[in-house]
Amino acid sequence: MIPFSLLVLACLAYVLFLFLVAFWVERRNANRTAGWLRSPWVYTLSLSIYCTAWTFFGAVGYAARSGLEFATIYMGPTLVFIGWWWVLRKLVRIGRQQHITSIADMVSSRYGKSPFLGVVVTLICVASATPYISLQLQSVTLSFQVFASASAVASPVNDPAVISLWVAVGLAVFTILFGTRNLDSREQHTGIVIAIAIEAVVKLVALLAVGMFVVFTLGGGIGPMLDRIAASPMAGWEVDPARWIGLTGLSAAAVLCLPRMFHVTVVENTDENHLATASWAFPLYLMAMSLFVIPIAVMGMELMPRGSNPDLFVLTLPLSEGRGGLAMLAFLGGFSSATSMVIVATIALATMVSNHIVMPIWLRLGPRAAVTGDVRGVVLMSRRMSIGGVLGLGYAYFLLSGGSSALAAIGLIAFVGVAQILPALLGGIYWRGATRMGAALGLGVGSALWVYCLLLPSFGPGAVLSASVMAEGPFGIGWLRPYALFGVIGLDPLIHAVFWSLTLNIIAFCLGSVLTFPGPVERAQAVAFVNVFDGGAGLQGWSKGTADPEALLITAQRILGDEAALGYFQEQAKAQGKGGYLPDPAPEFLDGLEMRLAGSVGAATAHAMLSQLAGRAAVSVEDLIAVASESAQMMEHSAQLESQQAELTRTARALREANEKLTQLSVQKDGFLSQISHELRTPMTSIRAFSEMLMEQDLPPDQAARFSEIIHTEAIRLTRLLDALLDLSVLEAGAVQLNVGLVSVQTILDRALAATEAGRAGRQVVVTRDAEAEQIFLRTDADRLVQVVINLVSNALKYCDALLPELRLVVRQKGGHVTLDVVDNGSGIPKEKQALIFEKFARLTDQTRAGGAGLGLAICREIMENLGGSIAYLPGQGGAAFRVTLPLRMKKPA
Amino acid sequence: MATRRLRPMFVAKRSYRLRRLRDGARMLPFLGAFLYVLPLLWVPTGQTRDLARDAVYLFLAWGVLIGLTALIAARLRAAGNDADDPASAEDAE
Repeated sequence: MIPFSLLVLACLAYVLFLFLVAFWVERRNANRTAGWLRSPWVYTLSLSIYCTAWTFFGAVGYAARSGLEFATIYMGPTLVFIGWWWVLRKLVRIGRQQHITSIADMVSSRYGKSPFLGVVVTLICVASATPYISLQLQSVTLSFQVFASASAVASPVNDPAVISLWVAVGLAVFTILFGTRNLDSREQHTGIVIAIAIEAVVKLVALLAVGMFVVFTLGGGIGPMLDRIAASPMAGWEVDPARWIGLTGLSAAAVLCLPRMFHVTVVENTDENHLATASWAFPLYLMAMSLFVIPIAVMGMELMPRGSNPDLFVLTLPLSEGRGGLAMLAFLGGFSSATSMVIVATIALATMVSNHIVMPIWLRLGPRAAVTGDVRGVVLMSRRMSIGGVLGLGYAYFLLSGGSSALAAIGLIAFVGVAQILPALLGGIYWRGATRMGAALGLGVGSALWVYCLLLPSFGPGAVLSASVMAEGPFGIGWLRPYALFGVIGLDPLIHAVFWSLTLNIIAFCLGSVLTFPGPVERAQAVAFVNVFDGGAGLQGWSKGTADPEALLITAQRILGDEAALGYFQEQAKAQGKGGYLPDPAPEFLDGLEMRLAGSVGAATAHAMLSQLAGRAAVSVEDLIAVASESAQMMEHSAQLESQQAELTRTARALREANEKLTQLSVQKDGFLSQISHELRTPMTSIRAFSEMLMEQDLPPDQAARFSEIIHTEAIRLTRLLDALLDLSVLEAGAVQLNVGLVSVQTILDRALAATEAGRAGRQVVVTRDAEAEQIFLRTDADRLVQVVINLVSNALKYCDALLPELRLVVRQKGGHVTLDVVDNGSGIPKEKQALIFEKFARLTDQTRAGGAGLGLAICREIMENLGGSIAYLPGQGGAAFRVTLPLRMKKPA
Repeated sequence: MATRRLRPMFVAKRSYRLRRLRDGARMLPFLGAFLYVLPLLWVPTGQTRDLARDAVYLFLAWGVLIGLTALIAARLRAAGNDADDPASAEDAE
């Protein structure tokens, strides 16, 4: 047996050890040599404050009553942590970026740095955590009593009230010493984190040691242990699916929303990568903590006398087996669970109370004090008072409830209370449309229902709510019975409360958010929170203000401390390219300063303080819109630039094409000139030569007559060429006078064939026509059209190389157009030449045979264009074929 | 403001693996929820259950989840440290 005094001594020694460790770590940390202190393992172990004395001792009792259901309390957090990529990662990133100090600060910051929401969340947290803290006091007191009653000598301090008072005072001193030593801009307490990491190891080792002892020494190994479990009265357990799922979800919500869990997970996080390790290491810790719960419960029920409290099996089992050392370890484990939870919960709550309740009131009472008063001292003092206050509340609650069994249920009741924050929290980081009004409504409705359906009834019938209210509802309205709201009677009371409070919470939150319009700061914060991974900390809240840098420095010194503030100001001045300690009150600087101050006094308070100094509260809606339209303008501008550039590219391409065309035209023109001079020169040469011969006197008259005839012929040819050229230039200029009248196709073909009669004279040419089809009347210039047909027919006569030449004239009417095909049965025109034939002076064969100037088809093309039609070579007709297309009614040229 | 950035339609194999790894990390809680709910279906509601069997199953499932998470977390860390995919930030949404 262990003497009670030895137990107290061990306890004190343990606490002293923690003191020294925390102190040493703070010293090391001050010297910036705390490398391993910030490892992911320390982070993971610090998360273990989730396992309080309630779980250390109570899990076994829970298992003894409801079998495996106790595991749901650990399964929820396991799901949250293995799903860290969804929520935790984002929470931690936001927490680091926004210098969040608590869950109340998180909600308040997200919804426009609203002081009101901060107060609401703080109140919910205090209301649910205070009974929880008194539960820890109770468990420590109970475990003390176990030893006291086991030791033969009656202890002088066996009064629960005295023990718990000492525990509460001791915890308050420890917490004040290490929790409020300084005001860190990120609200991190390395010393305390290390201390609770050590406590985490102690409680894990203690529970595992007891478990091993139970399984291997008492139970005889794993196999026999399983048999014992199967044979125990617990073996046939039942499960309520609603409770199973509901409790898992509830504990998942709690691990995110419990103030102490938020504190260690988000606020004390020093490196986002630690989360990756914690994602599996923390569930592993939870699994290890629950691994031996069932064996301990089974063995306890087997070995301990009937009626002993299963909540204390972890302690009483080793004691009854005479293992004093093991029992001592188990006691220290439970003590660690209770103290670490109380310390962190108190710090978290005190931070919230001081930042969201005390500081705003203080600022309201004396606004000038923000500039002149000793802010730092006030903040620290309000922290210390809050720590004392929270622990005092817990102690008072413990005394009032008399350490009754009502406390046992308080763990889950606290879970439901903090779970009310979940919709506002998750909605805030995933939904930009969530507004302050929605969050306030959701929190209000949810917490009201929690109080009505769960908290008040938990004090027992008659305590707050009378038995008649419980049975028949207030004023006899059955629908409002606390355990059967709206007639829902099928649910377990806890799940009933979870269901209704969270459902109506979410509905109120969504409705409120959808129906209200957020303020400018709120909208800026919404963007910063929801899009935290997009980089950039959202919009700047400060325009270039009128703040006096010196006044800012004084305030900053009072909150951050002289050295830290001076260092920050100097750094900022340097960044702005200025020497000294006073940077310009630029928006970036003010934003950064506000963040730093928020790390000490919370976002809402920091915002209020800077507003007083900077003269202007914050951005207005107009500013936001201006920023938005500015960037919209920039986007528009760049879009314009892009389209202009595309336009320029198009123009450049067009110019290049035009240039190529011009170059081609210039080449064509040169070619044309050389062609024409050649064409003119040939007849001129012979005219000159023969006229020179004529000038010689002794020429016989018959020769003279022949020569003058040649000269005459050549002159005619020259005239014809010049006529054609003239014709062509007139046509090309579009200056031709058209003589438009009504004429039938038949007439035109008759005239053309009559005109080419002379060319056909020597040869037998078969001309095929269709008189029916030719009865089409056209409104066009008949003479010009005849000229085209003559040209085509004479070309066909001239070039057709078939033995029995045939000529087909096919007329068709299609839509408003008439086509006339002139087809012969010769060898046609080779494909590569087809593109050339309409060019001037284009001749396929040598000139002598053709006898023309090579302008005929060029003229035809020009005529057709002037008549509003076209002429084209028609391939694949078994000979040379040309198609003339022209409108039925020629349109007047514009 | 929605700054619409052009994202490549296809990424290199490395980035592709990294993204699927993230998808895996996102799926884990659903697998966990499934594994935890499954025993409810073994026995009709209201009937007695076998505690030993349920406990062994639950801890096995727990262990599998932890192992998978550790595997993915380690690989995510290794990949995230030397090759930060530019799209890594916004694909959280």
